[in-house]
Amino acid sequence: MSTDDRPSPDALLARIKAEETSQVRGALRIFFGYAAGVGKTYAMLESAQKEAHQGRDVVIGYVEPHARPETLALLAGLESLSPREISYRGVTLREFDVQAALARHPDLIVVDELAHSNAVGSTHEKRWQDVEELLAAGIDVWSTLNVQHIESLNDIIGQITGVTVRETIPDHVFDMATDLELVDITPEELLTRLKAGKIYLPEQVQRAIQSFFQKANLTALRELSLRQAARRIHTDVESIRREKAVTHPWATAERLLVCVGPSPTTGRVIRTAKRMAAALEAPWLAVSIDLTGESSNSPAKQQIAQHFRLAERLGAETVTLAGQNITETLLEFARARNVTKILIGKTHQPRWRRLIFGTVVDEVLEQSGEIDVYVIHGQEDQKESPAIKRKRTTGNYVPYVKSVAFIMATACLAYALRYLRFADAEANTVMLFLASVAWTAFRYGRGPAVLGSMLAVLAFDFFFVPPFYNFAISDAQYSVTFAVMLTIGLVISTLTSRLRAQVESTRQRERQTSALYELGKQLSSLCGRAFLASAAGEKIAEMLAGEVAVYLRRSTESLELVFGRDSTIARHAVNESVAHWVAEHDQIAGAGTNTLPSATALFLPLVGSQQTHGVIAISAPDPERLVEPTQRRLLEACANQLALALERDQLAIDAADARVQAETEQIRSSLLSSVSHDLKTPLAAISGASSSLLEVTTLDDVTRRQLLETVVEEATRLNRLLENILQMSKLDAGAASPNKQWHVLEEIIGSALHRTARELAGHAVEVRLASDLPLMYLDGLLMEQVFVNLTENAARHTPTGSRIQITAAVDGETLRIAVADNGHGLPPESVERIFDKFYRATPSADGGRGSGLGLAICRAIVKAHGGDITAANRQSGGAEFIIRLPILKDSPHIVVE
Amino acid sequence: MKQGEPSILVIEDELPIRRFLRALLANEGYHFVEASSGEEGLRLATSQPPDLVILDLGLPDMDGQDVLQRLREWLTAPIIILSARDQETQKIKALDNGADDYVTKPFGTGELMARMRTALRHANRVGTEATTISIGDLKVDLAARTVLVKSEQVHLTPLEYKLLVTMLKHAGNVLTHRFLLREVWGPLDSQEYHYLRVFVASLRRKLESDPARPRYILTEQGVGYRFASE
Repeated sequence: MSTDDRPSPDALLARIKAEETSQVRGALRIFFGYAAGVGKTYAMLESAQKEAHQGRDVVIGYVEPHARPETLALLAGLESLSPREISYRGVTLREFDVQAALARHPDLIVVDELAHSNAVGSTHEKRWQDVEELLAAGIDVWSTLNVQHIESLNDIIGQITGVTVRETIPDHVFDMATDLELVDITPEELLTRLKAGKIYLPEQVQRAIQSFFQKANLTALRELSLRQAARRIHTDVESIRREKAVTHPWATAERLLVCVGPSPTTGRVIRTAKRMAAALEAPWLAVSIDLTGESSNSPAKQQIAQHFRLAERLGAETVTLAGQNITETLLEFARARNVTKILIGKTHQPRWRRLIFGTVVDEVLEQSGEIDVYVIHGQEDQKESPAIKRKRTTGNYVPYVKSVAFIMATACLAYALRYLRFADAEANTVMLFLASVAWTAFRYGRGPAVLGSMLAVLAFDFFFVPPFYNFAISDAQYSVTFAVMLTIGLVISTLTSRLRAQVESTRQRERQTSALYELGKQLSSLCGRAFLASAAGEKIAEMLAGEVAVYLRRSTESLELVFGRDSTIARHAVNESVAHWVAEHDQIAGAGTNTLPSATALFLPLVGSQQTHGVIAISAPDPERLVEPTQRRLLEACANQLALALERDQLAIDAADARVQAETEQIRSSLLSSVSHDLKTPLAAISGASSSLLEVTTLDDVTRRQLLETVVEEATRLNRLLENILQMSKLDAGAASPNKQWHVLEEIIGSALHRTARELAGHAVEVRLASDLPLMYLDGLLMEQVFVNLTENAARHTPTGSRIQITAAVDGETLRIAVADNGHGLPPESVERIFDKFYRATPSADGGRGSGLGLAICRAIVKAHGGDITAANRQSGGAEFIIRLPILKDSPHIVVE
Repeated sequence: MKQGEPSILVIEDELPIRRFLRALLANEGYHFVEASSGEEGLRLATSQPPDLVILDLGLPDMDGQDVLQRLREWLTAPIIILSARDQETQKIKALDNGADDYVTKPFGTGELMARMRTALRHANRVGTEATTISIGDLKVDLAARTVLVKSEQVHLTPLEYKLLVTMLKHAGNVLTHRFLLREVWGPLDSQEYHYLRVFVASLRRKLESDPARPRYILTEQGVGYRFASE
């Protein structure tokens, strides 16, 4: 037992984590008993009544309808969910309605019989999975459980009572319970209650007493349940102590390893390992060693896969190792993972073999060194599926025939050589046979090679040992030759076939690795979620010769089928909801798993570091293959690769967004710094002028008037600046989408000139428009602004009395509008940048108070109309701004009659 | 015309603007009544009916458009709207809801006084329709249906003439595109503003000395037209 009393950071962290999860997760209380009839449901409902009286929101989710009358009486006054009715083969089954419970979302829900198996067609196979979902939704759950339903105790109880219970719950569910309430009565009392008909109907009572309800059984079960409860209490105390305690030396962490083989006895060894690991509170590994490299659907592999599934259910980490020598590979791995205890099943081998060759167990014991080794007596598991046995007998005879044919051919060759008197020494003949045995072993495997080596000995005897054509031997010397030949043949065949198997296994691994590598390479060269999904989908489908569908998250709520729209996976409506479930719970589900097994494919979540990106659904012709641990790990690796690629893609998009954001931010800040200066200058003038007017009483009329004019002028300037800023920010934000209508250009120029009449007062303005101008499709207000800005700009940057010319004419498919002046022109270096925001070419005539936005606004507006604007210096002197706007073909032609 | 000085109701929540309007209007010889909210404005309008209302559209307690509609349910006196630039749709809506004119903030006092004078003149001229209208070089004889520019007769098409007369009748006021289309063309698809623009351009070519810098038919970009009243 752990003596670790110092609150290690890890432990505290785990504690905090547990507290955090328990804040969102509901708490599970299990009413725990050792047999039916001890009063679990009664105790549970009694407590539920109390809770309800104290004002808690209690709902009865499901109570077995066959409960005792006094138990059912306790349901009075409590809200009950109506059960879901499922018709199965003509029978209506009543099941707990987990969806209704989630929708009702009470504070506490009471669900009887935690180990119950749901009817076919339910969301989950098992009720404990329903309960897990309720807990995850933050609902407290109370449930009942008998000791024999705990998976790791299942076999012990089977041994004690002779009754194997099929409905089990994984140990982690039992460990997950926040509270355990032991409901206990003495076996005598239980038997009395049974005989009184309080547990079963009278006709069932006798049968029950004869089988399960024997006093010895009950006592043993009671002891087990008490021990479980005690262990639980101990764990609770321990965790409290760990939290509060101050000092004690660090205890070395225990780590268990259990060897998993194809032997049917392994099941028991795994369960023992689980119990031991639980008692030591140690993590444990289930390891199998892949020596034979047989193809993945060989009976032995399937058996191992089944054992792995059991181990995973019991909470083990499963690992498959590859190597030449079981013992070496195992111990090497054990040392690498700091394993402290190894559990290994006792091998069933004939005594003579054990004596001559020794066993793996002996080897492990010999070489284990500091690691403790426990040898467990295995007992055959009754659960072994007969299907697997049947498969084993359907051998393939073709290799044997081929092997026989090959040895016969060798005999013919050797005979021919002897006939030709070429290399006809007996030793050469023996060598020839051995060579062909080696070849047979490499080509056809061990069985055919053994047959071949025996046949070779016989052929050698028959054809080449005098007396010829007879199995009799003239010289006893030959018996040694035969024995050696047979031994060497057998050894060669064993070694060669093992080599072959390893080559095969390596090749398979190599294929998987290269498939993964290929996938990774392909994904890293692509971007875009749809491309990534289809690349991965195609690759995985090719790898498994199956079908793949990829669902990606569109928003936080919905999934989108991105790849595999034509697959059979997409055609089944049930798959869509399975995909949603998987994306929401981040758990594998679908065909071959315990969750939603009615789906036609296996669904793996694409879990990224920040979010689940979607779900990949895989269906193969042989669904068993998908659940096989090595295959599943490969699939998980593929899913991970895709998830990572999707994440990388998302991050790239985010980064690009962030860059745009940063640029916008920068423009905004330069606007602020520019604007704050430009805003303050006129404000300073206004407040200065007006406060002088207010405070200085001795001003003469002329000065007063000048100050007042200053106020008006500066206010006008301020207004213009603000309007520019507003307009620019609107254009930047895309809020000013042009409201286009058919306009007469003359009118727009006219209204612009009307607006700028004051600024243009000192300039001569000349408008010359061609008479054949078509109607233009424009936003009148925005385009008016362009002319206002251009003419104001011209007025500001040219001396008083200068001419401003506005001309317009059709030029091909565009309308060319020029606003020209005869001032000093633009500085040559500014021509390129003059339309940039906050760029000021020269201090303007009125002291450089333009906002630096006017021309940027012009450009933005003209661009929004599909045109362009350029600036140039005229040859005759002065600046010229040229706007080109596209002329639409369908411009209406209206005749004024 | 009413006895004494015309009373002006100003509905505006900004104190600085009320203050300067008070000084301005008092100086011009108007009787000034002020309200700082829509409710107060409506109450004052009923208790002492004004000769003209200046209404700000951005009021704290209710939408200026609602105030306008409720006033127009019974009030015939001209209403001038104060609005910000870039709110063309607001302006059009206000004009459609019965406002007589609008002034865009920030505005010069001269502009506001001119609009008020025009509005008051219109309000008082009802029923005393003149047969000849003379603005600048332009003379229109409504009885003889003749148009003279600098004493020379100008030939107008029937639609042009109808458009000109419609604008003259409301000279000084803003007329929305929709209003003009409806008055001149009748219940036409009122979105076809470009008909109006083409006819206005044609009219300008006949009446204005420089059609690109019009003196009579002024453009209120995004809203409509205003015929210069003087």
